[in-house]
Amino acid sequence: MPKHLMPFARMPAAPRAFGTAQAGALALLTGCGGVQSTLAPAGRDAERIAQLFWWMAGGALVIWAAVIGLALYAILRPERDHDEARARLFVIGGGAVVPAVVLFGLLIFGLRELPALLDPGPDDALEIHVRGERWWWRVTYHPPDASSFELANELYLPVGRRTRIVLDSRDVIHSFWVPALAGKIDMFPGRRTRLALEPTRTGVFRGVCAEYCGLSHTWMAFETAVVEPDAFQDWMAEQRRASTSPKGELARSGEASFVELGCGACHAVRGTPAKGTIGPDLTHVGGRRTLGAGTLANDPESFRRFLEHLKTLKPGANMPTFDMLEDRELDALAAYLDGLR
Amino acid sequence: MSSNDAPHEDPEPLAEAPPEHVQRAQVERLLKAWETPKGWRYWSAVNNSEVGLWYTATAFVFFLFGGALALLMRVQLAFPENDFLSAELYNQIFTVHGSVMMFLFAVPIFEAFSIMVLPEMMGARDLPFPRLSAYGFWCFLIGGVFVCGSLFFGIAPEGGWFMYPPLTTEYQPGPGADIWLLGLSFIEIASIAAAVELIVGVLKVRPPGMRINMIPLYAWYILVVGVMILFAFPPLIAGDILLELERTLDWPFFDVSRGGDPLLWQHLFWIFGHPEVYIVFLPSIALVAMMVPTFAKTPIVGYSWIVLAAVGTGFLSFALWVHHMFTTGLPGISLALFSAASEAVAIPTGVQIFCFIATLLVGKLTIRVPIMFIIGGFSTFVMGGLTGVMVALVPFDLQAHDTYFVVGHLHSVLIGGTIFPIVGAFYYFFPLVGGKHLSEKLGRIAFWLMFVGFNITFVPMHITGLLGMPRRVYTYPAGLGFDSLNLASSIGAFILAAGILVFLWDVVRPKKHQPLAERNPWNAGTLEWLAEMPDKPWGVRSIPEIDSRYPLWDQPNFVRDVDEGRFYLPDAKELARETLITTSVDAKPIQCLRVPGPTFLTLYAAILTGGFFIFGTFHLWWLATLSGVAGLGVIIVWIWTGTAVIPEKPEKDVGLGLTLPLYASGPSSVGWWAMFITMLGDITAFVALVFGHFFYWTTHAEFPPASQPTVAPLWGVAALILLTGSWLLTIAARALNKRPKAGAFYGASAAAVLLALAGCAALLAGPWLAELDPTTNVYPAIIWVLVLWTAAHVLVGVLMQVYSVARRVAGRMTFEHDIDIVNTTLFWHFVFLTAAVTIAVVVGFPLVA
Repeated sequence: MPKHLMPFARMPAAPRAFGTAQAGALALLTGCGGVQSTLAPAGRDAERIAQLFWWMAGGALVIWAAVIGLALYAILRPERDHDEARARLFVIGGGAVVPAVVLFGLLIFGLRELPALLDPGPDDALEIHVRGERWWWRVTYHPPDASSFELANELYLPVGRRTRIVLDSRDVIHSFWVPALAGKIDMFPGRRTRLALEPTRTGVFRGVCAEYCGLSHTWMAFETAVVEPDAFQDWMAEQRRASTSPKGELARSGEASFVELGCGACHAVRGTPAKGTIGPDLTHVGGRRTLGAGTLANDPESFRRFLEHLKTLKPGANMPTFDMLEDRELDALAAYLDGLR
Repeated sequence: MSSNDAPHEDPEPLAEAPPEHVQRAQVERLLKAWETPKGWRYWSAVNNSEVGLWYTATAFVFFLFGGALALLMRVQLAFPENDFLSAELYNQIFTVHGSVMMFLFAVPIFEAFSIMVLPEMMGARDLPFPRLSAYGFWCFLIGGVFVCGSLFFGIAPEGGWFMYPPLTTEYQPGPGADIWLLGLSFIEIASIAAAVELIVGVLKVRPPGMRINMIPLYAWYILVVGVMILFAFPPLIAGDILLELERTLDWPFFDVSRGGDPLLWQHLFWIFGHPEVYIVFLPSIALVAMMVPTFAKTPIVGYSWIVLAAVGTGFLSFALWVHHMFTTGLPGISLALFSAASEAVAIPTGVQIFCFIATLLVGKLTIRVPIMFIIGGFSTFVMGGLTGVMVALVPFDLQAHDTYFVVGHLHSVLIGGTIFPIVGAFYYFFPLVGGKHLSEKLGRIAFWLMFVGFNITFVPMHITGLLGMPRRVYTYPAGLGFDSLNLASSIGAFILAAGILVFLWDVVRPKKHQPLAERNPWNAGTLEWLAEMPDKPWGVRSIPEIDSRYPLWDQPNFVRDVDEGRFYLPDAKELARETLITTSVDAKPIQCLRVPGPTFLTLYAAILTGGFFIFGTFHLWWLATLSGVAGLGVIIVWIWTGTAVIPEKPEKDVGLGLTLPLYASGPSSVGWWAMFITMLGDITAFVALVFGHFFYWTTHAEFPPASQPTVAPLWGVAALILLTGSWLLTIAARALNKRPKAGAFYGASAAAVLLALAGCAALLAGPWLAELDPTTNVYPAIIWVLVLWTAAHVLVGVLMQVYSVARRVAGRMTFEHDIDIVNTTLFWHFVFLTAAVTIAVVVGFPLVA
């Protein structure tokens, strides 16, 4: 996998390797190719906002320098007699009139963007329903011309199209945010909010929950892969079909454990008797970009780690930890899950 | 600049000083009257200088605690995927950090400092209700220790300082959220008490001649901030009540499955939360407004513009709360309106900043430690203000909201706008407290460490946020670009902390061998600098007559005249603690007020009030009730013995040929003002509950829901008639009390009590007989809250009616001395208003909806 498509989840062995030093000012500002950066926009809305930001940041810097310069000038200048009229002009001009004019301009300049940002997209746009749950994302695609399907903790989007995202929550308030694509919108229980994403380039962009939602708020992330429209159609076709059956003895024994341990009470694997709806749909879990809602990179070792160390990896999660299982059984489960593609 | 109107009413100090031996006797009596209790009785002191000092020190200790929590967070965040703190502990720590800094430091420190210094700035001997200040302090101490202490037992609140339900209702069953709700409500009540004290103080204990255009700017800001507290805290208290009722009794105010709505909490919280930002910030600007003229050696330029700007900021701050909710999916038009309103607040802020710059232009600034903190804070605050303008713009906020950009922004505003001026003010005002200076050298070291540390900590956070790091995460994956920025912030935090430690050392280091500061060491122009070094407990030797905003600069021989007792009240003949009451606008003396002295009653009352809240937190209902009733008993004893005392003579010579009454009731008395102001806050909380009802109406297709019963109109009408009757009879009782014979007064009062009780019963019978079950749906729940709120007020009203009768029976109220019944009547005006609105909502609304 090319480096920029690597998942940005917790690495297999908790690394302390801070400062992988993407040195240079630009890398600092855009942050490692910008998978989660508002300053490396990859969506129409994020582009508009980033542009607004740069203008405002420049303006703020100028104003800051002017005000501080004025204060320093006032401090260093020799004493002068108090001229009431001039002082009034100074206070009203500098303190009220200039800010009023600047702010009025800024409001027009900035709020002009609002309708475009709130634009839900064309009527026949693809609609994706994302439901926040502690602490993962239930994702349901509603293509205008085909049947719906469910997955979890990742999005695929066609580049250049405006896609509608309908948001709500099963429990507490969450917030849906893919910084490189657009601003965030909160997700409430019992109330639907909306957002539209319009990616302008392909790539993988990390999204996170932006509203504090309890113990594992930190580990509620997902990845959004933006692909060409054809690839997107292929991906949808892949997602609609049932899961592949396990290959190899280890994986088959893993499937048996999966059934025996009752995993299907919470998880669904389409094409098998597992039809649970409480936890994430696992039909294609082996093919997903990350595990545990952006918690771990997706490989067989991570599946094992997730099963064994769930309570420390995702504090507060509802799923039990399976650290009582034998090594072999854990390996088997990991092989089975990894094979679900 | 004041001599042009009514010069004939402008008394001058005595031309001749009283003879030496007279002066000596006066000083002795004053010292005796204002003597601070010794030994363990020291803690019974209620005088503003003691209470203010304890209060300030306590708030500062909470600040250090909150700062230590911040350092723990910075250690955790220094490296990606660090495991120094668990998620649970981190969540508790950031919740307590925010709550402590807001509720136990930022608001209290300004109230504390004002209690200490405001009377001095106004040449008063004390604030009008010293015991109320003491009670507020003890409540604050107990509540604060309770909330902070919970962290050491691992049961601290972990819902964030904003406590959004439903996370804080069904998903956090532990006691943490209750500790937050009850512990902090308790402190909010103390904050409101202090605000009432300060508002009445600014309005009523100014020295003669200090007309409204001569008030020191600090006092103006305190007035504005006091009024803001009065209207901002009650909506939060209303929200706390609803959230606690949901947690304890399962009344579903925020539970969507039963018609509740979590957004109501957000509205109530931010209607408080945004003004709170200005409540925190304006007092520090007030400090700047006192220090800048001193160091620039010139009067402030644009006094009236600053006052108007402060008032304007206060008003505007109540119209901005939705900018904390831009990402909740509100319609575009609301977003645009609140965005514009949020930007508008930059204008009054700009006016204030430019007034200070203009003052610097006119004067010649001496750079001392306080001014360094002001300039450093200024550059930081302006940066925070500009990033504030950015996040107030909806499109940008959609990205920046709930990221480290906002963390950087808010700390720039609060540290630059609040902490820096406060530390500067410590250096400036310290001689008033200890009689000695802090060290100029340590001050400069502390300043540079804090300034550099601040910028290394918080400037990178803006970038971290733009790179996509959300707030309130206990760690982050490596490689997203957050790593080095977070490490920088963590290093900066420790440099900032080192600066604060240097400052702390400067404050606590032994100063035995250091010489006393000279009197008025900065050569300031305002009254607090009349203080001797070290200061005497009496506040001011004689209460001066003021002709200028800077009397120490402008009035010739001013200090001598004050010191030799050539002004008002130079003596305490009866050994009573006395200060002058003046009119609110023109500051004409109208009363010589006797304020109560030391007592332990306020401490007992605070402990028992604390018991009520703390036992309640752990659902120990019997103990809570017992403690609450005992607390009420102590408060009644305190009020019975300490207020509305009938003086031994009707009036007194206060000097300069002026004789003033010792007793006043109605709008010319401080008690009436305190009651009126308190009730404005009370009615604001009630309005917030009514707002809740109508909020539900707007978010429901059908409200009241057809499935829910409604209250029979008969009961509402009956309650309205009975309570109106009780209200009218109370008014009649006030009039009848003026008769020397008490019979008619007793009759009217008794009838009023009976009607009130019957009205209360009718009010409760309505929802009871209609079988409104508050756990089934939000409609019956909000109806019950309104009804119970009103019933509680009626019962307090009954208590006050009975109290007035008892006072007359005991001879503590007479036909001439009628404070008790006058204030009872004032209270009943508000009870009537509350009852009428409740009945209209409960009974009238379903008929028209």
